[in-house]
Amino acid sequence: MTPSQLADKLEYRIINMDKTDEKQIAGPFCCDLLSLAMSRLPAGCAWVTVMANINTLAVASLTDAACIVLAENAVLDDAAVSKACEQQITVLCSDKPVFETSLEIYEAVNDKAVL
Amino acid sequence: MTDEIVLEYHVSGDDFTRAGEASSDIKDKLKKIGLSPEKIRKVVIAIYEGEINMVIHAHGGRITVTVSENEITMVLADKGPGIKDIELAMQEGYSTAPDNVRSLGFGAGMGLPNMKKYTDEMDIQSQPGTGTTVTMKVRL
Repeated sequence: MTPSQLADKLEYRIINMDKTDEKQIAGPFCCDLLSLAMSRLPAGCAWVTVMANINTLAVASLTDAACIVLAENAVLDDAAVSKACEQQITVLCSDKPVFETSLEIYEAVNDKAVL
Repeated sequence: MTDEIVLEYHVSGDDFTRAGEASSDIKDKLKKIGLSPEKIRKVVIAIYEGEINMVIHAHGGRITVTVSENEITMVLADKGPGIKDIELAMQEGYSTAPDNVRSLGFGAGMGLPNMKKYTDEMDIQSQPGTGTTVTMKVRL
């Protein structure tokens, strides 16, 4: 499942979409501490976080995340949105909390209900 | 690969909007050289943590990465305040980062431990008031 397919399915707001939309989402990963995310984030994951700043983009890019999903409607500032466009980093936005967002991504990617 | 490749970067201090630019460029260059994703990941984690430390604590500094046939050597040198107690700084969870930095998602006390964990060798030379030089190696 690509990030745009995920956004369609779960009705996430698209803050920025990588034009190629080629990455396949392996599953969700949740973390708000950037150093922990930097060392643990699996390549190809949908990174669910409320940490919405330009450094989140840097970590997502360096670790080859498939996309960032901002939970709780966390807001990226304008500079970070520009950076996401410039670096082709897909950023989606969910109005749900981190757990619910991650769970529904897991269910969508694996095409099965957990609960 | 027969010749060494040397990459050099200046890191601006206190500028979180540009933190990670050197790491990103190094990642791109290592990809072009054809290094394996696992080796690139180790180097990038170590460099990014070091770059962030320079921005947070040392008003910037210089990064030099040398790629040779058998190893990648990373030298991060700054003229910041230095590290008073290196052993303490190496403990996971210990941090002297200010609150404004913690609110950005940093300052969890994992920077130096991550750098050690993801490299094959790490050496820290630091003098309070003079600066810090961290040298790390990843074997290829």
